[in-house]
Amino acid sequence: MDQILSLAATNLLSPIILSFVLGVIAALARSDLSIPEAVAKGMSIYLLFAIGFKGGVSVASHGVDLTLALSLIAGMALSALLPLIAFSLLQIMTGLSRLDAAAVAAHYGSISIVTFVAATSVLQSSGIASEGYMVAVAAAMEAPAILSALWLISRGGSDARRMDGELMREIMLNGSIVLLVGAFFIGGITGADGLAKIESFIVSPFQGVLCLFLLDMGLVAGRGLRGGGQVMKPGVIAFGILMPLIGSVAGLGVGLLLGLSTGGVALFMVLSASASYIAVPAAMRVALPEANPSIYLTLSLGVTFPFNLTLGIPLYVAVASALTGG
Amino acid sequence: MQTHKAKRVEITIEAVMQSRLTDALKDAGVTGYTILPVLGGSGRSGEWSRAGQVSRAQGMAQVICIIQPERLDALLEGAFAVVERHIGVVTVTDCDVLRAERF
Repeated sequence: MDQILSLAATNLLSPIILSFVLGVIAALARSDLSIPEAVAKGMSIYLLFAIGFKGGVSVASHGVDLTLALSLIAGMALSALLPLIAFSLLQIMTGLSRLDAAAVAAHYGSISIVTFVAATSVLQSSGIASEGYMVAVAAAMEAPAILSALWLISRGGSDARRMDGELMREIMLNGSIVLLVGAFFIGGITGADGLAKIESFIVSPFQGVLCLFLLDMGLVAGRGLRGGGQVMKPGVIAFGILMPLIGSVAGLGVGLLLGLSTGGVALFMVLSASASYIAVPAAMRVALPEANPSIYLTLSLGVTFPFNLTLGIPLYVAVASALTGG
Repeated sequence: MQTHKAKRVEITIEAVMQSRLTDALKDAGVTGYTILPVLGGSGRSGEWSRAGQVSRAQGMAQVICIIQPERLDALLEGAFAVVERHIGVVTVTDCDVLRAERF
């Protein structure tokens, strides 16, 4: 318990979390502070490239083994199964319609890459190593949840023009996935030599860029909370905190079964606990336009993301450390 | 100067549906259109702004096309199939153009 509290305190007082908190406070106080759209986009491209590249380099250094393939399969399975748990939980805890519940459930099977990036940063600061290929697992976990949510809806007999080839292409080839996986392969191909050439660009400035990016995310989360407050009933908010804990336990079990390192288990927990707010909302607008976007965006971005960033990550890292002896 | 009657169709639609809409317009025989970004607005689904969106899910775009009046029904039929279930506004206004053969 002491370890969890100590890690939580260290995490809460880190520059990245305090930057996020500043953004939330500024938005709630209706400050005109804003990060230009193009700058925010540029920072997200930088972060995805850096994290993908470093993951690829790590795989190049340690080699490819069966655990990589098993982790990818397990990640996809988790992404497909978590929405089923989320959907049942939503039906018990909230009065959301079947459509809204399915749309929310899809977000909780998929992942938040920013939460993943923040978690890798915490692991790095704590000196805890993780498997580089967890970046690929993150990418693999984006899409299956969407298919599960659409299955939940079609099972309910709702009229469906839900999934078409164009939507599938957009999901599989969305910019974040292409950049993350592409950078992962570049890092894997060029290895440590490649990293040495661009290290001053993708390693040293990483934490500073992440601070500014999380400041922007704090502004977005704060605005979402301000605007979406009326749709956030107590049961829905409780779900936004309970579901990541359930997801993290599932991730913990999978990580331990696969025999991953402490960092790897912690990242599996983070991925399973996080909720998407980029790829899945766009897919839901196409496939389930009748579902209310205020509910799933506010829940994912305004409740679960801040929870994971502030309390969830240190909790997951501490639990992973305790159970793996790391 | 000689002008010709035409129809100007403005469709404000969710950004995620934009390419599907323009595909439908092309299928309906539209030879040209203009796409404009939408900064923000307010309507039945509440107030929204493009600023600070992390996802394309809440963005909007406006597609404008000018066509000869006899092609209007086919265009609206194609466009409606795309926008029917989504947030958006479709308006049709009369306009005059100088070079009718271009539309």
